[in-house]
Amino acid sequence: MVCDLMNAGQSASFRKLFDEIGPVDSVGVEERVAKYTTRSIKKAAKLWGLKMAISMVDLTTLEGKDTPGKVASLCRKALRPHEDPGVPPVAAVCVYPSMVRHAKKHVGGTSVKVASVATAFPSGQAPLKTRLGEVRAAVADGADEIDMVINRGAFLEGEFAEVQDEISAVVEACGAATLKVILEVSELETYDNIRAASFLAMEVIREGDFIKTSTGKTSLNATLGNNQVMIEAIRDFYLDTGTAIAMKPAGGIRTAKQALTFLIAVKETLGDAWLNKSRYRFGASSVLNDLVRQIEKEKTGAYQAPYYFSEAAESY
Amino acid sequence: MTRLPITKTPKVYVGGAFIRSESARVFPLQDAAGNFFGNIPQCTRKDLRNAVEAAAKAGPGWAKRTAYNRGQILYRLAEMLEARRAELIGSLTMFGAVQADAARGVDAAVDRLIYYAGWADKYEQVLGSVNPVAAPYFNFTVTEPMGVIGVIAPDVPPLLGLISLVAPAIVSGNTVVALVSEKFPYPSILLGEMLATSDLPGGVVNLLTGFRKELVPTFATHTHLRAIVGAVGAADRKALELGAADSVKRTHFVDPDATDWLADTAQGLEAIRDTLEFKTTWHPVGA
Amino acid sequence: MAISAPQKKTAGRRGRSAPGLIFGDLWQYDPAPETADPKLKPRYDLFIDGEFVAPRGGKYFDTINPANEQKLAKIALAGAADVDAAYRAAHRAYEKVWSRTSGRERAKYLFRIARLLQDRAREFAVAETMDGGKPIKESRDFDVPMCAAHFFYHAGWADKLEYVAAGRRVAPLGVVGQVIPWNFPLLMLAWKIAPALAMGNCVVLKPAETTSITALKFAEILQDAGLPPGVVNFVTGAGATGAAVMAHPLAAKVAFTGSTEVGKIIMRSLAGSGKKMTMELGGKAANIVFDDAPLDQAVEGIVNGIFFNQGHVCCAGSRLLVHEPVADAVLAKLKNRIKVLRVGDPLDKNTDLGAINSKDQLEKIRELVDSGVKEGAELYQPPCRLPEKGFYFRPTLFSDVTMSHRIAREEIFGPVLSILTFRTVDEAVEKANNTAFGLSAGVWTDKGSRILKMSTELKAGVIWANTFNKFDPASPFGGYKESGFGREGGRQGLLDYAKLT
Repeated sequence: MVCDLMNAGQSASFRKLFDEIGPVDSVGVEERVAKYTTRSIKKAAKLWGLKMAISMVDLTTLEGKDTPGKVASLCRKALRPHEDPGVPPVAAVCVYPSMVRHAKKHVGGTSVKVASVATAFPSGQAPLKTRLGEVRAAVADGADEIDMVINRGAFLEGEFAEVQDEISAVVEACGAATLKVILEVSELETYDNIRAASFLAMEVIREGDFIKTSTGKTSLNATLGNNQVMIEAIRDFYLDTGTAIAMKPAGGIRTAKQALTFLIAVKETLGDAWLNKSRYRFGASSVLNDLVRQIEKEKTGAYQAPYYFSEAAESY
Repeated sequence: MTRLPITKTPKVYVGGAFIRSESARVFPLQDAAGNFFGNIPQCTRKDLRNAVEAAAKAGPGWAKRTAYNRGQILYRLAEMLEARRAELIGSLTMFGAVQADAARGVDAAVDRLIYYAGWADKYEQVLGSVNPVAAPYFNFTVTEPMGVIGVIAPDVPPLLGLISLVAPAIVSGNTVVALVSEKFPYPSILLGEMLATSDLPGGVVNLLTGFRKELVPTFATHTHLRAIVGAVGAADRKALELGAADSVKRTHFVDPDATDWLADTAQGLEAIRDTLEFKTTWHPVGA
Repeated sequence: MAISAPQKKTAGRRGRSAPGLIFGDLWQYDPAPETADPKLKPRYDLFIDGEFVAPRGGKYFDTINPANEQKLAKIALAGAADVDAAYRAAHRAYEKVWSRTSGRERAKYLFRIARLLQDRAREFAVAETMDGGKPIKESRDFDVPMCAAHFFYHAGWADKLEYVAAGRRVAPLGVVGQVIPWNFPLLMLAWKIAPALAMGNCVVLKPAETTSITALKFAEILQDAGLPPGVVNFVTGAGATGAAVMAHPLAAKVAFTGSTEVGKIIMRSLAGSGKKMTMELGGKAANIVFDDAPLDQAVEGIVNGIFFNQGHVCCAGSRLLVHEPVADAVLAKLKNRIKVLRVGDPLDKNTDLGAINSKDQLEKIRELVDSGVKEGAELYQPPCRLPEKGFYFRPTLFSDVTMSHRIAREEIFGPVLSILTFRTVDEAVEKANNTAFGLSAGVWTDKGSRILKMSTELKAGVIWANTFNKFDPASPFGGYKESGFGREGGRQGLLDYAKLT
């Protein structure tokens, strides 16, 4: 009987994993994060937060219509988000593997990293060999950072070893490049699953590697809720093992106010050591303009029209 | 030669047993014609204490019975009364009640038991609720028995008054320590015998005979009694309410002179509610 | 596969120093004061028969802002004659107007009151925070909206009273006397007044001595709503005024929220009077965490349970009972959590713990905390700076507490949590119920059947399962045992303001 249970596969592995990491109550998570939204960030604190958020942006373009020209302009924006010299460059540009070498031409040798989604982004539905080849190619083209997707199908089937083995293989293929593991939270559906997948990933990645919410290609992206569940997993893992894993919410963060709220969550959950771009990133594009715009507002006291800022999606 | 009948030694029913007062005190009872009837236990504060302990011990088990089972047991008790109807009527007429009144009183007592027996698995549906709170929670209110209830029965009608107060308390799972009619204790002594044969677990109903002036102060101050219900006059009422304050005891009194015990108004859901607590539980609705 | 188990293993091994989190000043929030005008008057008179009137004795007392000890206003001290005038006005209003006003019309008054309060919500929140010391975030997001919600909820009942008690007709009692505490001045006022008016009663209410302002501002709303004079009357003052409100012969019912000690005094004083009573008294709630609980949410619930409103909550989860296997993990998480609680200026929008309501209360908290230290419990307080003026107390955890410690038995009514452990379900239940109080309890577990068992076994009027300190007008609230009797909220609470015919 015991043997039957042990061999029950899927359900047994879920039970074992959840027993070890503990459950999450979704209503409680929502109530916790609602408190972050009531924080009021003013003046110097606001400026500091806005600049910090800019420095954490992985400025992203992941479209079929991307061209070297589009990437070049993205890189210019990444290096200098605004003419104001007080505005820092972003953390990285994030592009498809075919665009890595174009991006590298523009930001190589600067503080701005080149990140590339790989592993058959966004679905991950390609043979492992193909996915690893894509990673190696991107790294060879100069990618500093690789954003991979986990095998959600294997996860939902309870094939946790498979999930972890694949991540391990990507870690190896990355070499010196930093890895960001996308859980694709919308496809995991529950906070319990998000917490479980976070632990699975953290077990096999390296200090300084990231776990990341989403590809930005599904219905639901980064939310304060799934950010909270993941940073609590990072905190528990760190306090348990001493290994500091970094975090990247991606998709859905469009306003400066949202970005500041995510940073408040980081400050109050993980503390000061995660308030920097090597431990926290925003996968986003349009948020950058709003961050810059709010900085200008803080400095001038006047609300700013969006078309003052380059490539503002909402310009009209 | 006439046979000398065996007289019954009156005993009170406490903790499922028939006992005399721990003090060994008794008081003589005369029938309506003034003939000696028997020696009634003159229960003391220690008897009350013992009865409360018996009631407290019986409480959790009784409250955990299914409502259906409690209802059946109350119905069984009614059957016991009905079977000894003549004897109960005799216990009233012997002490002065008119035959027709006594019969009406006993019949009403049996019917009252049936009435409350039927409530056992229904009052919760009427009193409880699911509450539509403005947040993602499932919120519901249920009732629970309070615990050990002190009952002060009216002097008259001795049987119907007692049953009218005891039945609504025990139907929900409370247990009871009752001070029965001081003037007419004998029907309650008979009732004890019926309780003992009714499947009602020992300790659920404990009946004390004795003097109000001796026992009311202890009912008032015993902190393990969670509520007092009674048919009492103004002085006793004040004493009981004063004592109740010490442990925030619930009190519900009726005026014995203004109560028509035979009427349907002497029964109702409110009487059950009087010895219930409301408990509200919240739980998130999430995944 | 070796997944780390944070709640089972201990952190920091193999010679490394234990990893810790840094909650420092890298990113300090700037002050974010709420600036709405509370529109305070320098002097508040009594509200009797629809008008503000000076007390007959001509006496006033000061009300201060506990956050900075500055005087806010002077408040009329009502004597027996004022209380009598209020009752007579209420009685007149009951006989001549309110008992003849249909449920449909009463409902409209209550709806109107709710709306007018919503209109002035921010102003009331600021006033509430200044007078009582609670964080603006709570008065803004909880007290004031919940106050309005209570009027909305009960408004809808006023013309549907035939559905309140199955098989019976309900009728108002007459004039009810009400005395409320200082911890939720507006909300307690709503809990008392809304059901009373919906049922058709008239009211004489005494706010707490230290927090009278919002009741008197609320009187302005009653005037604006056109509520007939005398239907609601406010008399301000201290204990003697309260006693006069409770004892007045015209009071058909009294409702009191406050300490068990005072509740007992009131019960004694009313013995034999025939008045109906509702008592909402003290508590010493157990908050029980099992090893399979969602720990981070449990920690959040524990924090909300004991630090909400500085712990000035009768149903506060002041006794934490933790299952031994997770006791260390829960304590560690709690410490990290309370390091980011912000204690200070209640008007700052980022303040999590405001000011203790009064100097007396602060001294009581200090005295009990000292007793905890003396009796050998282990104290933890996060290193936060407190303002120099005003009454403040750090969030405080006591571990290694046993059931015999005073801090495990007495209501502290402050931000002080006593932590005890247990091994089995039965032990948890026994410890939780081993108190004369029975207002509320919390239970945290992932196991559904255990929740229902605990909910059945815990002797308390409100059970929060996998949550804590949740309130709603539709949800009956009230205690078992020495936490009082009667309910407030829901159909059950409404019935306590009715007589059945």
